[in-house]
Amino acid sequence: MSRFSDLIPTVRAQGRGAFVPFVVLGDPDLATSVALARALCEAGSDALELGFPFSDPPADGPVIQAADVRALQAGTTPPACFEAIESIRGFTQVPISLLVYYNLVLRFGIDAFYARAAEVGVDAVLIADLPPEHAGEILTAAEAHGVDPVFLASELSTPVRLRRIAEVCRGYVYCLARVGVTGTRNDLGAAVGESLARFREAFDLPLLLGFGISSPAHVRAALASGADGVIVGSAIVRQIEAHLQDPDAMRRAVHDTARALREATSLPPTQSEPC
Amino acid sequence: MIHDGRFGRFGGFYVAEPLLPALEALEQAWLDAREDSDFQATFRALLSDYAGRPTPLYRSPALSETLGCTVYLKREDLLHGGAHKTNNTLGQGLLARKMGCRRLIAETGAGQHGVATAMVGALLGLEVRVFMGALDVARQAPNVQRMQLFGAEVVPVEAGARSLKDAINEAMRYWTEHIRDTFYVFGTAAGPHPYPSIVRDFQRVIGEEIRREVLARHGRLPTAVLACVGGGSNAIGAFAPFLDDAEVALIGVEPGGEGLDSGKHGATLSRGELGCVHGSLSLLLQDSHGQVQEAHSISAGLDYPGVGPEHAHLRQTGRAIYDSATDDEALRAFAWLCRSEGILPALESSHAVAAALRLTERFDSDDVVVINLSGRGDKDLAHAMSALEARR
Repeated sequence: MSRFSDLIPTVRAQGRGAFVPFVVLGDPDLATSVALARALCEAGSDALELGFPFSDPPADGPVIQAADVRALQAGTTPPACFEAIESIRGFTQVPISLLVYYNLVLRFGIDAFYARAAEVGVDAVLIADLPPEHAGEILTAAEAHGVDPVFLASELSTPVRLRRIAEVCRGYVYCLARVGVTGTRNDLGAAVGESLARFREAFDLPLLLGFGISSPAHVRAALASGADGVIVGSAIVRQIEAHLQDPDAMRRAVHDTARALREATSLPPTQSEPC
Repeated sequence: MIHDGRFGRFGGFYVAEPLLPALEALEQAWLDAREDSDFQATFRALLSDYAGRPTPLYRSPALSETLGCTVYLKREDLLHGGAHKTNNTLGQGLLARKMGCRRLIAETGAGQHGVATAMVGALLGLEVRVFMGALDVARQAPNVQRMQLFGAEVVPVEAGARSLKDAINEAMRYWTEHIRDTFYVFGTAAGPHPYPSIVRDFQRVIGEEIRREVLARHGRLPTAVLACVGGGSNAIGAFAPFLDDAEVALIGVEPGGEGLDSGKHGATLSRGELGCVHGSLSLLLQDSHGQVQEAHSISAGLDYPGVGPEHAHLRQTGRAIYDSATDDEALRAFAWLCRSEGILPALESSHAVAAALRLTERFDSDDVVVINLSGRGDKDLAHAMSALEARR
């Protein structure tokens, strides 16, 4: 049982959905990343999703790609990312999930990666380019070290695929708000509610909605559509990009953006008859 | 997926979930097409009437004299479009039409695959968008113009090294965004399953024609077949029909760039390590933390840090061997073939010629060697002339 098993009961008791921000570790450098994680926690984040920078991230749009480039230029490596997470664990006990690409795990050594993740206090790992069909070794390592293996679900996923994902996914399901890569959008797709209803049928896990959620209005719409929580990446990372010359302003902007999104997670009170 | 897309431990389909339903549909369409006699007849008719197959198997006097045996050039440079790429784009274009997609996308390095996709888009009435590294757009201007004349939109990719691998990333992103009506025409025998198998199937006509012609002329199979390897599509096409014939040596030639110890090369099979990029597990040029490294080659078409998973498997089992030729060797072979045969080879194909020129002691006089001349060199003229000038 990881920290993610308590996530939804905790926020539900507060009449909210979960707010989970995403940043790339090492963007713009590791020390700043740790400070930004602290700002995100202070803004009331219910969990953190942390990316390891990768040279070739085909599931990511331009904002996250640029973050990866900044992090790699700053010399960020997976071992250094794990050390940064150790620092982050020094000030927060919220659930932490990693979002990585398979080659980084493969190169680190699959078992060693999960062992190290567990050691520094990581609760879940999502490998963006690893489908359940190829997850055998990953599942063994994840189970051995008590880390939740998280998978993606898309509105295009067939019923057979959803069953396959449900067999192996633990912790939460990363539900895609729309077909595409990461990035900010103008609106949520109309089909999100239908997809979430299908996911609710298929999974006995919290449904966190991500990819394209970038404003408080999106957060409210996502939760109203049936998501248990939201994952917001590009909208946060944009604040990093916009304040590269001024670390204090960056921290404030990241905090304030997160705070506004977090405040949008309150669920509307149950409808009652007007007096 | 019906198949796991493995070649030994290599291959598979390592992509994010939104692409998997499309890959499953593609696999089904490909498996159906294999058994569909109408599809196959249409494909064969286009290969012969539109693209000019079979391509000649030309006995090269100059190479035969140098190697001391019979040496043939398989003239894929004479295929419509100027390279073997047309075999694959015709096949995938027909698959796209069968699947009801109205838009083709493609990545391209040297521009040959982009041109071949644009051609097929014009032929079949499909919209085409080609992703090309901004660096390659600059160094392959004639091919950009050809694509545009055929009606394709060329999208320069500014990310990373602005070369082939970045073009593939961007094409995959665009595909993910437009998955419902877009067919990704993958250019080489790499990428996620089913692409390595699809590309091999559509390119194996090269090896089938070599096999048939050599048998007809010599009553036996060739001693060796040589082909250059970037991603590996022309090589896998030339090798595929011979995989069960152990007596036929299969020799792939990688881009040695400035030398394998210079760090500036694209010799993935010689120097790469197990890795995963662009959807398949294969060998990969990467750093100690798994970040993909930039490849280097004088030829844009071989400038790729990954390689098709079937080649990784053939190397591991020893069924094929992989050599390399440096930029300098490829340039010398390029100039040599021009002077001695009046044939202008692509810089890519010049790598295979260069490796063959080193094999002077290897063959007996009655041996038969085939070099796949995968493309013509018109596109390389400006680049090759200035490189030759610089070395003078």
